[in-house]
This record gives sequence, C-alpha cells and structure tokens, in this order.
Amino acid sequence: MQVTLMVNDTEYTRDVEPRMLLVHFLRDELGLTGTHWGCDTSNCGTCVVLMDGEPVKSCTVLAATASRYAVRTVEGMEVDGRLDPVQRGFTEEHGLQCGFCTPGMMLTARALLDRNPHPTDAEIREAISGQICRCTGYATIVRSIRWAAEHSNPELGN
Amino acid sequence: MDNAIELLSELGPEARLLAGGHSLLPMMKLRLASPEYLIDIDPLADELGYVAEHDHEVRIGAMTRHRELLESELLRRRLAIFTDAERVIADPVVRNRGTIGGALCQADPSEDLVAACAAVGGQMVIRGLAGERVVGMREFYRGPYRTAVGAAEMLVEIRVRLADDSGSAYEKVDRRVGDWAVAAAGAAVSLVKGRIAAAGIALAAVGAREVTCAEAEEVLVGQSPSDELFARAARAAQAACHPVADQRGSAEYKRHVAGVLTERTLRRAAARARAEQG
Repeated sequence: MQVTLMVNDTEYTRDVEPRMLLVHFLRDELGLTGTHWGCDTSNCGTCVVLMDGEPVKSCTVLAATASRYAVRTVEGMEVDGRLDPVQRGFTEEHGLQCGFCTPGMMLTARALLDRNPHPTDAEIREAISGQICRCTGYATIVRSIRWAAEHSNPELGN
Repeated sequence: MDNAIELLSELGPEARLLAGGHSLLPMMKLRLASPEYLIDIDPLADELGYVAEHDHEVRIGAMTRHRELLESELLRRRLAIFTDAERVIADPVVRNRGTIGGALCQADPSEDLVAACAAVGGQMVIRGLAGERVVGMREFYRGPYRTAVGAAEMLVEIRVRLADDSGSAYEKVDRRVGDWAVAAAGAAVSLVKGRIAAAGIALAAVGAREVTCAEAEEVLVGQSPSDELFARAARAAQAACHPVADQRGSAEYKRHVAGVLTERTLRRAAARARAEQG
C-alpha cells in the first residue's frame, strides 16, 4: 500500500507492506537510522519518536497509522545547525555511554520539557521510566535533562 | 464508527480492529494473532476519546488513551480507582497510545482495567450493525482473551454509575515498571448511614474464577467498615482465587499478596467514601 508520512517536516511517499512498522519505515525506507530498533516488544523505548509532539514506541505503531501525524525523529532535533538544548545537555552532562538508548531518551526529554519546562527530578524519572539504559547511566541522563531545562531559551522556540 | 462496523461485517472473522495497537501488534509479532485484515480505528480517537459525566454516570469513550484516563480530573475526583490503576499501567510512553477499549477487548487475565471496571460495576456498550447493547463486566469478560464482543461488533463506551458517598481504589505489586502484575486488587464501596451499601472486589493476575469476587463482597455488604471486616473480606477473596506459580512468584505468595492488596484497597476506598461524605 502507498503511505505518505510527514517526517521532520518533509513529506515522504513510499509503497510498503501494510504491516510495516514505523521503526522499519524510518530506518529501512528513509535511512533515518538514528531511531533504534531494540527489544521489539514495546519495553525498551530505544525506538521512541514523537508523533504530534508526544513520544511513542515506533516498534508498536504501523507506518500507515503514523501517516495521520507529524513524526519527529532524533535527526530532526537539530535545527539550522543549532543543537536542541536536550542534545547539548547530553553532551555537557555525559548523558550517554554506548549511545543506544540516547535518541529515544532525548525525544522523550524534548516532549517532557515542551509540556513541563521545569520538571522535578522525580518527574524526569517518571517520564523516562518506559526506557531502558543498559549501561545504567540514569543519573547522568537525569542530569542532562535538568541541564536542558535550565538552559532552554523559550524565544528560540525550544 | 458505522464504517468500521460495516467493514468488520463485510470482511468477516479474519478482520480485527486496531485501536492503540499495544495489545494486538505484540500478539501479531508473537504469531498469537494473524488477522487477514486490520481496520485501523485510530481516526476515531477524537470521536471516541472522552471522559464525561452524564446523568449520574461517568462515560468513557473506548478510544480514550491511558494517559487521558490518568490525567482526568473527573476520574480522580469520582472514580479514583482508574487514576490508581493508570499510574501503574505500562509506562508513560505506552500510555500515550494504548486505549481503554483495546485493553478491555484484549481481556488479558492480568489486565488492570478489566479489574478496575469490574470493581466499580462498569457497563460495556457494544455496537453492531443492529444497534447497541449494554452488558455488565461479568458478561463481558468470558475468560482469558475472550469477551462478549462479537465478530462484527465494537466496544464503544464504558459507563459507570456514580453513587453518593462512594470510593474506590486500585493497587498492584509488580516487579518493575511496565511489567504485568504479580497480583492486583481493585475495591469499591458505597456507604449509607455509615454502613456499606454496596461493594465491589476484583482481583487481577491470580486466577480468579469470576471477574468480581462475590464471596468477598457478601462479607462486606450491610456492615460498618472496619479493619477487622476488611481482613475477613480479604480472606474470602484469597480463598476464591487460584494463582499459578510462575517466574513472578509461587501460588502461595501471589495469594498472600492478593489478600494484602484487597485489605489495602478496601481501606483506601472506604477512606475516600468518607471524604466524599465529609
């Protein structure tokens, strides 16, 4: 079937199997391999992308369903050469070790800060509770998100 | 809605509705479900996504997502069992997609919302080509993965009657965020002149024969709430469940947890009922 998706503000039309999952559409059809494919059971959260600004596990959404939404992946976080404050936070506070969980963590963080610009550490931990860092680097991930909250500039739209 | 039901009817039993996808897609990956056709009802999320008070009743649209249930002020105030349950269902990202209708129709024996709806006496509105019918949870839930919803039918709404001076609560023990329950319990009580006029007890994940536990409910009705009474109801609930030993614990442990959670949720439901009286 033909599906048309809006990903990072660009429209893509592809002929795919109806059963194709969003994560595979992004990785295999569009080459956007920043979205990782981890457990494939909606547990690990490494495949998280935003649909209309809300984090979803793209291994458990059909590409066809996603065609009704604006999809944002980690590749769409940087705008005009400027890193998102969340990306800068992960750099400043060493929020990644192996990096496998990082894209999903950052997108969930972006959605959290869009709704709640000044979250408590408890709120940050709750927000990422559906995502697994197998390096167990949660303390620095929480610090990275807090850094982003403290260094966001609302005038820049982030 | 009618379009979806017509498609179900045309395509026959090999067609399935896909709501939030967080039960059916995992089942398909495991090859436990292999529908020929999927009817994506995500476009009905606006029409069937609501929590509203109507004529002494709370009405919940079947496409209401877990997150909307968790954030509903109306539920927190009048049917806190849903707020309690949603806090411990899956994780925040999964809650963005999964729907109450999808969860109920999946009818997993560990499903929290089946127990929550049963404890508060939820009525399920099922729609087919000929119109709507309304069934209680005892009729709706036909055992693991089986419901009263027919091949060309769709669950469209959940209704819960609101009683004065009532309270409800839910609690579960799980091993980690997002895991299925070791055991879980939901309780609802309504008070009249300091006595329990009606009670609902529902257990999840412990092999309860029926979706509500009549033996425990009978202990409560007509009595004044007390810790001693709640302990007796919990013993009745424990006697009525048949947990199976697995990696989440022994049968004995699960039965113990079911009893503890029954007592705790009864205490909290009664406290909430008294606060409403207050």
